[in-house]
Amino acid sequence: MKAIVTVLGKDKVGIIADIAIIMKNFGINICDISQTLMQEYFTMIMMVDLKEASIDYSELKEKLGEEGKKIGVEIRIQHQDLFDAMHRI
Amino acid sequence: MINTGDILETIKMIESQNLDVRTITLSLSLFDCIDSSPNEVTKKVYSKIMRFAENLVPVGNRLSDELGIPIVNKRISVTPISLIGAASGNFLGLAETLQNVANKTGVDFIGGYSALVHKGMTKADERFIETIPEALSSTNNVCSSVNVASTKSGINMDAVAKMGDIIKKTAELTSTRDAIGCAKLVVFANAVEDNPFMAGAFTGPGEGEATINVGVSGPGVVAAVLKKMKGASVTEIAEEIKRTAFKITRAGQLVGTKAAELLNAEFGIVDLSLAPTPAVGDSVAEILELIGLSEVGGHGTTAALALLNDAVKKGGVMASSMVGGLSGAFIPVSEDSGMISAAKSGTLSLAKLEAMTAVCSVGLDMIAIPGKTPAETISAIIADECAIGVVNNKTTAVRLIPVPGKDVGDEVSFGGLLGSAPIMPVSEANASMFIKRGGIIPAPLHSLKN
Repeated sequence: MKAIVTVLGKDKVGIIADIAIIMKNFGINICDISQTLMQEYFTMIMMVDLKEASIDYSELKEKLGEEGKKIGVEIRIQHQDLFDAMHRI
Repeated sequence: MINTGDILETIKMIESQNLDVRTITLSLSLFDCIDSSPNEVTKKVYSKIMRFAENLVPVGNRLSDELGIPIVNKRISVTPISLIGAASGNFLGLAETLQNVANKTGVDFIGGYSALVHKGMTKADERFIETIPEALSSTNNVCSSVNVASTKSGINMDAVAKMGDIIKKTAELTSTRDAIGCAKLVVFANAVEDNPFMAGAFTGPGEGEATINVGVSGPGVVAAVLKKMKGASVTEIAEEIKRTAFKITRAGQLVGTKAAELLNAEFGIVDLSLAPTPAVGDSVAEILELIGLSEVGGHGTTAALALLNDAVKKGGVMASSMVGGLSGAFIPVSEDSGMISAAKSGTLSLAKLEAMTAVCSVGLDMIAIPGKTPAETISAIIADECAIGVVNNKTTAVRLIPVPGKDVGDEVSFGGLLGSAPIMPVSEANASMFIKRGGIIPAPLHSLKN
C-alpha cells in the first residue's frame, strides 16, 4: 500500500533526515518527495511504499507522531487513496 | 505524485474545517429471522446482526486511521421491527435485543424500530406503535421511525393522529432527561429505504441482505470556500459548492467501498447530505449567512437554501457510483450552532422552518417545543409537513421534542451530536377537530400542477 506522509512545521536542520531514517529502519521505500518553504513554514510531502514494511501501519503512525513531537513538527500519514479519490476524476 | 496543493487542501479540510464521514451504516435485512416464538425471534435477530456487525466498529476505526479522516459514527439499520415482530408480537423484546447488540458491538445507534403505515395500519402495526414510548425510554441507542404518508397513497391521518399521542407519551416517559426519547423518533412522509442517518434509518423491504450506506458531512468545508468568495455572483457560488460537494462525496464513496469490502457486504449508497454538528464552524446556517443573509430565518433564507441544496446534490451525484438516502442539506435546529442562535434571537420561527423544508432535506428536525403543546397540535404539525412532502414528491419528516415542564424562554441540552435548543413557540390555534376526523388525505394529482 502507498501512503502519503506530510510534515508541517517550523523549519530546522535535519527534518528530512530524521524521517528518512525511520523509513529506512522499517524497510519502507520512499517513492517521491517534495518540499517547500513558505516563509519559515516547512512543508514536506513524501510518498512511501509500505509493501515491504516491517512495521504495522498503526505502529508506524504512532512512531511518526512521536518523532514529530520530538522535533517540533506535525507528521501525518494517510493512505494515498483518499487524495486520489478527492482530487482525481 | 498528487499535487502538493491538493494534499494540503485535504489536510486543511480535515484539521480545521471539520470534514468527516458522519456515519457508515450497515443496513441489514432481518426477514429471515421472523419466528412466531417470542424467544426464537430475538435469538435469531441477535445472532444475525452480530454475525454481520461484529467487526463494524473495528473496521470503521481502522479505515479512519488509515485514511486519516474521522468516521464519527458507526451505525446499524434493520428491517422495520413492526414486520419482524408481527408474528410473535414480541416488539419490546426485540427493542431490548437491539440495545444488547448496540452494547456488544459498540455502535452509536441502531435504527429500525419502525413501521410503514402510510396507507393503513395492521393490528400488529397498531400494537407495535403503542410500544414505541416504552421502547425508547428503556433503551439508549435504539431509534424509531414511522412512515405515515406517501405521494402514491396520500396521508394516513389516523396514523398522524396516533403519532401526536406517541410523541407526547415518549416525552413523558423520558421527562427526567429533557424528553430525549423524542430525539430518537421520526415521523416520515415518503421515507427512503436506504437512509444512513438517524433517527430515521431503517432497512426497507426492497433492500438487499447487507449493505453499507455512507453519510458524509462537511458544512465547514463549504463555509470555508464561501468565505473566500466575497462579491461573487450566486452562479459562481453554486459552482464552487458543486466542486466542494464533489470532493466531500468522493471521500464518502471511498470509505463506503472499503468498508463494504472488509465487512463482506455490498456497497449501497452515499447520502449527499450536509449534516451539521453543534461544533462551531460545522453549521448549515453559517453557509446561508455567508451566502448573504444577516441571520438565518430571515427573508431570502428559503432561496439561499434551495441554491445550496441543489448545488450539493449536483456536485455529489457525479462523485459517487450510487447516490441515495435523504441527500440534501439538513436543518436540525438543536444540532446547528447557527440555527440555535437564530432560534434564540427569534429570527428563525417554526413557520420559516416549515417553508425551508419544502426545498431541502429533511423536515422539522430536532425542534424543542413547549411541553404543554397538545397532542393534536403536534399531529397537525406532522400533517402540514406530510402535505409538503406528499405534494412535492419528496421526503419530509418531523422530529419534535415537547419537553415536559418547559416553555418558551427555557432551553434544553441533549449533549453530544444532538446538541441543545431553545424552546420554540407553537401556534395556540386549535386543530383538534381536523385531527380527530381521521381517514386518509387522498394521494395528490400528478398533472395540472400549479
